[in-house]
Amino acid sequence: MEPRPRSFYILAVFFGLFLVFLYGPTITIAILSFQGPGGGLTFPMRGTSLHWFRDLFEQQAVGDIWGSFSRSLTLGLMVMVTTVVVSVMGGLAFRKRFRGSGILFYLIITSLVIPSILVSLGVGLIWSQSGLTVHWSTSGFGAQLTWTLPFGLLIMFAVFNRFDQSYEEAARDLGASPWQTIRHVVLPIIASSLIGVALFGFTLSYDEFARTLLTSGSYNTLPLEIFGMTTNVTTPVIFALGTLTTVFSFLVIALFLTIYWLAGRRRARRGSDAGKGLV
Amino acid sequence: MLSNRHLSGWLLAAPLALVLVVFLVAPIVMITVVSFWGATEWSIYPAFQFDNYAFLFGSEVTYRVFLNTLKYAVITWVFTLLIGFTVAYFLAFHVRSLTWQIALFLLCTIPFWTSNIIRMISWIPFLGRNGLANSTLISWGVIDEPLEWLLFSDFSVILAFVHLYTLFMVVPIFNTMMRIDKSLIEAAVDAGATGWQTLWHVIIPLTKPGIMIGTIFVVTLVMGDFITVRFMSGSQSANVGRMIQNDIGLLQYPSASATAVILLITVLMVIALLLRLVDIRKEL
Repeated sequence: MEPRPRSFYILAVFFGLFLVFLYGPTITIAILSFQGPGGGLTFPMRGTSLHWFRDLFEQQAVGDIWGSFSRSLTLGLMVMVTTVVVSVMGGLAFRKRFRGSGILFYLIITSLVIPSILVSLGVGLIWSQSGLTVHWSTSGFGAQLTWTLPFGLLIMFAVFNRFDQSYEEAARDLGASPWQTIRHVVLPIIASSLIGVALFGFTLSYDEFARTLLTSGSYNTLPLEIFGMTTNVTTPVIFALGTLTTVFSFLVIALFLTIYWLAGRRRARRGSDAGKGLV
Repeated sequence: MLSNRHLSGWLLAAPLALVLVVFLVAPIVMITVVSFWGATEWSIYPAFQFDNYAFLFGSEVTYRVFLNTLKYAVITWVFTLLIGFTVAYFLAFHVRSLTWQIALFLLCTIPFWTSNIIRMISWIPFLGRNGLANSTLISWGVIDEPLEWLLFSDFSVILAFVHLYTLFMVVPIFNTMMRIDKSLIEAAVDAGATGWQTLWHVIIPLTKPGIMIGTIFVVTLVMGDFITVRFMSGSQSANVGRMIQNDIGLLQYPSASATAVILLITVLMVIALLLRLVDIRKEL
């Protein structure tokens, strides 16, 4: 292998600084969330303690964060499952041109680029003008789907663009019905990409703010609750909460990546038995 | 007869179409309709009047706010592009093993899956009056007084935008770069091109689609934002999103809707312009 050029080291330093820029602030608030009881929002640390984490468990200090956490979790799972199912179906549909597919494609792109506040405002207006009560599990759920579905679909488009259709032809030649082909051939092949779609579905929903703002009603999701805190909480308790939800996000990401990795290994192990019958 | 192809396409796409019609098309229609309505201090009533638009276009504030929004978008675009391109270039062409490429790429994308609001909050200890930046600069003797413009200013707004959205540049650019045939670069080198020439005449032209997709993401996210501007400017700067949110807060839904319609038209015009330069569907 040829020696690395000097530009490699310059770019490596740049990359390192970028990572510091990316993660530095998060790490800083993680450190500051261990402030002593008398500490403030910035350094210096006045002792170290778990004081602010304990505060999170006291209703009067922080409001209903556990309620909003469980709502965000439920909503995230609902959005995740819906995003996976609808994206797979949409991805399968878009493999062939059908009447209206062009318009639908532009709608997906619009959904991706439309300012979130428009979705929030529009859904809120529809609900209020038709006399419905906005609720995170109905209007909020739908509003979030307009953000997660485009990502899920773009992943599915990328997957199906690279999909080798001869597998399906083989299945058909062997007499499989269309449903059997999808169930036993297509789905197993694309299964690992679905983990990616699920990750997008869950995390984008769990962190979504703008689209839920006017559509979630009187029960806040966690990001809304946190944003409410920024205007009236001036203690490190908000850092403790931030650290905790970031840790939760990291655990979720790690879980998905592990599943992805395990699925890949399992497939590599069981993937091909070609030639085994010959020995 | 209706062909089987269309029918199966429609059936499979039905749930998607349903969600998009109810939660995307209908809201846009609703906003457009309401933008012609009238409002009292506590309620809105159906009407067909152009008052909201007349007020919007008649006010000097509107132009200033739209201009400010474009300013944020352009400055953020420049920084995210420069940083994003450099990072993607390093990953795609200087990191040699695929495992490392994936690992470092993941490190860049993980923050995307965490909360934007927390990531904004986490700048406070850095930029505040007694924050890390000020105390470091004072202890180095660079400044005597804490800098006031670090937090709650245009500077902090753009810093937060760059922090939040650079990965929207990194991902598509990296994706495009990874599909550049390495033999093209070898050919350029063999033909006597210097590193810069290869970069300028081979890599950048081939990376354009990725740059375009990243640009669309960054520009639309910044133009539609209201929360970053509100939080990082301490409500001292305004962009269009903030204007809409203010009207919503005052229950002036018709005027919020009119602003939203104009914002949407502006964003779609920008996208249409960018899409003329690249076919997204080919690039996935």
